[in-house]
Amino acid sequence: MLLINCPWCGERDETEFSYGGEAGIVRPENPEILSDEEWGDYLFMRKNTKGVFTEQWNHSSGCRQWFLVKRDTVTYKIIDSYKFDRSDSENKGSK
Amino acid sequence: MKNKYSALSLIKNAFTNNKNWKPAIKNAEPKKSYDAIIVGGGGHGLATAFYLAKNHGIKNIAVVEKGWIGGGNTARNTTIVRSNYLWTEASLLYEKSLKLWEGLSREINFNVMFSQRGVYNLGHTLQDMRDIERRVSANRLNGIDAEVVNAEQIKKEIPYINTSSSARYPILGASLQKRAGVARHDAVAWGFARAASDLGVDIIQQCEVTDIIKSNNQIHGIETSKGRIESNKVGLVVAGHASVLAAMANLRLPLESHPLQAYVSEPLKPVLDTVVMSNAVHGYISQSDKGELVIGAGIDPYIGYGQKGSFCTIEHCMQAIMELFPYFSRVRMLRQWGGIVDVSPDACPIISKTPINGLYLNCGWGTGGFKATPGSGWVFAHTLANDEPHQLNAPFSLERFSTGALIDEHGAAAVAH
Repeated sequence: MLLINCPWCGERDETEFSYGGEAGIVRPENPEILSDEEWGDYLFMRKNTKGVFTEQWNHSSGCRQWFLVKRDTVTYKIIDSYKFDRSDSENKGSK
Repeated sequence: MKNKYSALSLIKNAFTNNKNWKPAIKNAEPKKSYDAIIVGGGGHGLATAFYLAKNHGIKNIAVVEKGWIGGGNTARNTTIVRSNYLWTEASLLYEKSLKLWEGLSREINFNVMFSQRGVYNLGHTLQDMRDIERRVSANRLNGIDAEVVNAEQIKKEIPYINTSSSARYPILGASLQKRAGVARHDAVAWGFARAASDLGVDIIQQCEVTDIIKSNNQIHGIETSKGRIESNKVGLVVAGHASVLAAMANLRLPLESHPLQAYVSEPLKPVLDTVVMSNAVHGYISQSDKGELVIGAGIDPYIGYGQKGSFCTIEHCMQAIMELFPYFSRVRMLRQWGGIVDVSPDACPIISKTPINGLYLNCGWGTGGFKATPGSGWVFAHTLANDEPHQLNAPFSLERFSTGALIDEHGAAAVAH
């Protein structure tokens, strides 16, 4: 069981949260100018990182806020959790 | 086949105190180059190598496995085999596989203990039952055996199931595929490995791929912990690690790897002679020949490569089984484990060429790859040998994620894959 630190509420059980997958995927501003491959890449392609990974969680049974978690996907150890407005290079959109 | 298994070979070896059995699999060291390399010595990879050698006459093949044969998802699943998928593309692929299962023990001269004990997919709501009617009709139009049964018929066949209308999620009926069933998963890995090895395939264990060599958009081979191995055809069949391997070739995949847990109870006297699955309460159960209840859960929600999942998933799954079988409330669970499954957006696999010449993908089987083991190998071998997909796997291309021609099998897959 993961013990997740909600930046608003503190540490809670995993069962209070829902998962939002890879962080930093930015919706293209002008989808109409994209090729099918570029649009497909935005919709479906994922990093699926083995190792330290930045992901989104939602405290769905608590404060219902979205936030970011940095977690090792092999050991499942949570390294950090923080709000979206923290200035952090990891937090920016990436491919 | 050298070293053929038969009643006669059992008797002969009994007379020599069983001292003359030969190793079933030749443990090979890599040669400098091969006509084709299969990365991943799981069921799908071994089946691919077997059918490449048997059906397409390519004998100079290596199967490269990071761990050992039968140590990955092939031996970490709940062994269910069925073909009752909704869409024509998927049901034809799984049905091809089911037909191969029916003759597999004879074909590879290894008893995979395929037992066609039937699979029930339960419906708990009116909408479930409508979906079941639709799926059963679609199956029959595709020539796949399927029928709709009501709660009374289910109770008659499975006496310990709770069909009371006062249940929280009452069982209204089910789809039943009688030709579906279970197989012994270790035997599938060992059997395919032995049969492939016998046809001259080099099975190289404890050999991790560290890089994929390519230039000018053409594959030239792989770098491994046992050195460089050359080939201009490389097939990646690595389940949960598909994204990791594809990244070595700068390829992005539409996959997310999740832990999928399963559980085995203490052995009981025979109590359940079929397979029961429920999407609505999220659990599935059968009984092994040793008497253990074999129980499967849904995936853990997060990306994970750790071959373990969260306790809350265990709890959720046990609640589901208790809902269906209150009779099992005192049964103790013995073992729990996780496999890493690569889930695709449409719950269907990718069995495909790639934008890189000579690189082929067989991945994205998500929670339900075991049932497809022979069929997956059969179509993937065809794809590698001919550099073109077979018509059965043509719809399962990587391009479908840009053309939009998805095959949405979440209805027939979901938990009950």
